[in-house]
Amino acid sequence: MFGKLTLAAIPFDKPIVISAVGGAVFLALVILGLITYYRKWTYLYHEWLTSLDHKKIGIMYIILALVMLVRGFSDAILMRSQQAVAAGGHLGFLAPDHFNQIFSAHGSIMIIFMAMPFLAGLMNIVVPQQIGARDVAFPFLNSVSLWLTAAGAMLIMVSLGVGEFSQAGWSGYTPLTEKAYSPGVGVDYWIWAFQIAGIGSTLTGINFLVTILKMRAPGMKPMHMPLFVWTAFFTSVLIVWAFPVLTVDLALVTLDRCLGMHFFTNDLGGNMMMYANLFWTWGHPEVYIVILPAFGVFSEVSATFSGKRLFGYRSLVYATAVITILSFSVWVHHFFTMGAGPNVNLFFGIATMLIAIPTGVKIFNWLFTMYRGRIQFTPPMYWTLGFIVTFTIGGAAGVLMAVPPADYVLHNSLFLIAHFHTMLIPGTLFGFLAGYYYWFPKAVGFRLQENWGIRAFWCWIIGFYLAFIPLYVLGFMGMPRRLQHYVNPAWHPYLLVAALGTALIGLGIVFLGVQLVVSIKERRALSDTTGDPWDGRTLEWLTASPPAAYNFPKIPVVEDIDAFMGMKEKDVAYRRPEQYSDIEIPKNVPHGLIIGAFAFLGGFAVIWYIWWLALVSALGILGTVIARSWDDDPHYLIPAAEVQRIEDERHRQLAAVAQRCPADAPASPEPVPGR
Amino acid sequence: MTPDATAISATYRAEVAHPDTVAMQTFGFWIYLMSDLIIFATLFATFAVFSRSYAGGPAGKELVDLTYLLGETLFLLCSSVTYGLVMLAVHRGKKKWVLLGLVVTFLLGLGFVSMEIHEFYGLVAKGYGPDRSAFLSSFFTLVGTHGTHVTFGLIWMAVMMGQVAVKGLTSPVQSRLMRLSMFWHFLDLIWIGIFSLVYLMGVV
Amino acid sequence: MKRKKVFVLAALLSLGAIIFLGGCSTVVLFDPKGPIGEAERFVILAAIGLMLIVVIPVFFMAFWFPRKYRASNTASTYMPKWSYSGKIDFFMWAVPFAIVTVLAILAWTSTHALDPYKPIPSAHKPTNIQAISLNWKWLFIYPEQNIATVNQIAFPVNVPVSFKITSDTVMTSFFIPQLGSQMYAMAGMQTRLHLLADKPGVYTGQNQQISGVGFSDMYFKAHAVSRKEFQAWVQKIRQSPEKLDLNRYEQLAKPSAGYYPVTYFSGVKPGLFEDIVRKYDPTWKETPGTMSKSSASTPASTGVLGGK
Repeated sequence: MFGKLTLAAIPFDKPIVISAVGGAVFLALVILGLITYYRKWTYLYHEWLTSLDHKKIGIMYIILALVMLVRGFSDAILMRSQQAVAAGGHLGFLAPDHFNQIFSAHGSIMIIFMAMPFLAGLMNIVVPQQIGARDVAFPFLNSVSLWLTAAGAMLIMVSLGVGEFSQAGWSGYTPLTEKAYSPGVGVDYWIWAFQIAGIGSTLTGINFLVTILKMRAPGMKPMHMPLFVWTAFFTSVLIVWAFPVLTVDLALVTLDRCLGMHFFTNDLGGNMMMYANLFWTWGHPEVYIVILPAFGVFSEVSATFSGKRLFGYRSLVYATAVITILSFSVWVHHFFTMGAGPNVNLFFGIATMLIAIPTGVKIFNWLFTMYRGRIQFTPPMYWTLGFIVTFTIGGAAGVLMAVPPADYVLHNSLFLIAHFHTMLIPGTLFGFLAGYYYWFPKAVGFRLQENWGIRAFWCWIIGFYLAFIPLYVLGFMGMPRRLQHYVNPAWHPYLLVAALGTALIGLGIVFLGVQLVVSIKERRALSDTTGDPWDGRTLEWLTASPPAAYNFPKIPVVEDIDAFMGMKEKDVAYRRPEQYSDIEIPKNVPHGLIIGAFAFLGGFAVIWYIWWLALVSALGILGTVIARSWDDDPHYLIPAAEVQRIEDERHRQLAAVAQRCPADAPASPEPVPGR
Repeated sequence: MTPDATAISATYRAEVAHPDTVAMQTFGFWIYLMSDLIIFATLFATFAVFSRSYAGGPAGKELVDLTYLLGETLFLLCSSVTYGLVMLAVHRGKKKWVLLGLVVTFLLGLGFVSMEIHEFYGLVAKGYGPDRSAFLSSFFTLVGTHGTHVTFGLIWMAVMMGQVAVKGLTSPVQSRLMRLSMFWHFLDLIWIGIFSLVYLMGVV
Repeated sequence: MKRKKVFVLAALLSLGAIIFLGGCSTVVLFDPKGPIGEAERFVILAAIGLMLIVVIPVFFMAFWFPRKYRASNTASTYMPKWSYSGKIDFFMWAVPFAIVTVLAILAWTSTHALDPYKPIPSAHKPTNIQAISLNWKWLFIYPEQNIATVNQIAFPVNVPVSFKITSDTVMTSFFIPQLGSQMYAMAGMQTRLHLLADKPGVYTGQNQQISGVGFSDMYFKAHAVSRKEFQAWVQKIRQSPEKLDLNRYEQLAKPSAGYYPVTYFSGVKPGLFEDIVRKYDPTWKETPGTMSKSSASTPASTGVLGGK
């Protein structure tokens, strides 16, 4: 009835795990209890869970990403503490099987369930507004993507308390992930969490490609698109090209594990390196999938807060295109040490170095965007500057490792860990946090409190250097990654410093939480009534904050880059049309949520070999899709009168602001907080 | 629109055309097919890498019965032709012919899938299952993935028969039939790839 | 705030510089004990030096631009529409391109020179060692001396060491940091690695690739000693009562807990290494030829995509 699942799957014997599970369950119960107490279930269900509104879906993605950031970070702090104590003869407080699960979960969560939902969230909130559209191309598909991602995240969370997670690293190299060496359910949790979320990501990629190619406002030529839209476009291209390879690769591991096939086994003709090849054919583009949108954020942020046009727009677009294409020709640099010939290694090594060129170009573009500007030091600008400096170090370390003989000694060392964290923390997380602050007022209607944001930044950046510079040194000291304990006493002091840095980063995360709470408390003082709190340049600042369900009462016409800035300069940004017309908006439907729920159940069922439940879930998904396909009228109409009413209210607010400070209204009606 | 005409009329379009949903769906489906093509490309590459990894098991020659395969192929190719006829009938608005065409196409597709299952069954019975060697793993997976696609196409087709019967040839139904047509022809193309690269080259 | 940032970064960077360049003996990659490691250290330092050509100006601009063009400094030039300069555009593509070109040349020569499959030219016949990765220990076979050890090797200084590497478990990576290059160990395949120690000493070797719960205990000592000492070491092992026959091997190959103590075997079943490779690929044959083209004829190892 329950397949392999028994009560023994719950790790009662591991106090750390059980307390973490207990804490998580308790927290979940508190939240559920509060929702029940305040009778918010219907509101939550009708306004959020079943919503097809791209802005709400975006917000839900970002909530998911922030929750998973905390989960992924708690894994990080466990790892750092373990390595800080497990020196000399000490074995630390985490057994190897547990430690291996923790680093596997940390990588999987941060890439697939923090970075991916975060970028999907930002793209959802921003891209349609920046291109002057009312929604994404396929709003229902969008909801399916969200709930598939959430289902995958849920599987990883469940693996904490029921069974185990993979012990083979986030990249899950075969044959370690084969049945012969990992007979437990851990690897299956890893596979299915990735698979389900991966399908969600692929659908997101398709959705945004069509959105960006087909739904731009009239007049918006490709070379008029804001840079964030360009990076979202290239990220979507990468998603659509790369994720299917991951899907296949993981499916082949599944076939090996479940049906005894021999793709990546040691024997009967299997080839373990084929797995690594396919994994990194996805894995390297994946790095750019998560980095490119952050590049887009930095471009928007540096232009806005320098009060200046983006420098070298075309260069930036071409550089992004070059990165997109080159990212598919470098995957072998992840295993130069497998014994391929020097020419094979050289081809991939030099291709890797070539990527440094367009990336370097981008760095210079942002720097020259600041040059001769009027820079306001808001938190997004801090993140951008922190990114530029740190990312340059990480990039240099990456180019270093692209030289094969250097990689022969640095491969799989802590130097590698330091390198990719120096790429992905500034290059992804800093960018997303900048975007989170920058677009927060657009999404919810009030700004985030500034000082706590800056405090969080300083904790992050100082903590970051303390945590990762020692790891570079440890790499040169020959320390491999993923050691549960070690005997070399020389490594110990560096690991202590790294643990300290991680604690400081933890404080940074706490400050981000404080910032959110404080901002919610002070939301009246921080409210954004104009829709344009930063004197923005692109079309998303034309809408109200938060935007009406339809974003734009009338679709704007675009004539140049920085469309909104152009409209403000011509003083036409807030002119009202003669009359409004009816607007069609997608109806909220629960099918996405239902598909996500079945995907979670189905994933859980195949992990535990509960075949009847797997079948029920598959049929459930099929039935839901068919039911949805039967609905030929997925829209509802907002009548012109209603649009008129909403817009009257918005313009009343705008006028009120204009009266308060007539000097620079309505383009920038509130003084921009600077320091 | 000239940049000088910056009156309100230039900034806001008076009447916004509703985004063309059908065109977007078709375009989105093309992109989906592209990503599906990458799935098959990856499986073809995997098959190529393992094409000699017999591990003492049978080689390609021992698996292929070309006459049987010809039958299988004929079923699928004919189903593509009949689906073409379905689309012609759709454009002429002939509901009965559409339904008849779909039934014939469905039966032909079913024939293909049944033959494939029978072929797999025979191989497994001979001890040539997918767990015998990496070569057989990649063979079963590539061919089986195509077969699974065809099966999903059949389910989709059954749903469409229902929709045509109940709703008639409305615009959304037509659009779905169009996308199913793309899917079906796509699977045909993939089969031609499998037929030549897996079966024919296996025999050589 | 800015000052604080500059200060913190400067302190961290100088700290880093002291550690990197101080030649501290615990920073093993900068304290190599053989020509391969030395050449790799040169590659690392040369590449870092080249990249500083870009990194330093970026740091400079990242501190100077925000300082000079801060909003409160109304005396600085403000050009809100300025967004392109052909000259700057040219340099920002050309400079990284030039550096990458030089790096590519460095990569080209060093990758060919430091190919792990390439024998090290020497007047001496190399010491042959077969390394087998087990859960979770290293087994070494000296085919010419007909001895075997667990978690310890010795070899004469200034004589090349030629490793043949395989695995009887998951994929691992064989690495002696102070001597240079690492190489994957994979079941059913054989990889090659050539190293040389030019200074006597005891160097730690390790597995660099996660391989399960015993991964942290999978390290060993490599003793680079004089010829005489090496002979004495071999003699010592020949005194060992233990012989490595199939039974003993099967016992050894079972997963072990904790660090596996150094063990000596005075005799080895002939062809044991080849048997272990063939366990997973019965058709495997070692082909002569030492260049880095596939030395194995496994069907799986043909082409770029497969390992060797």
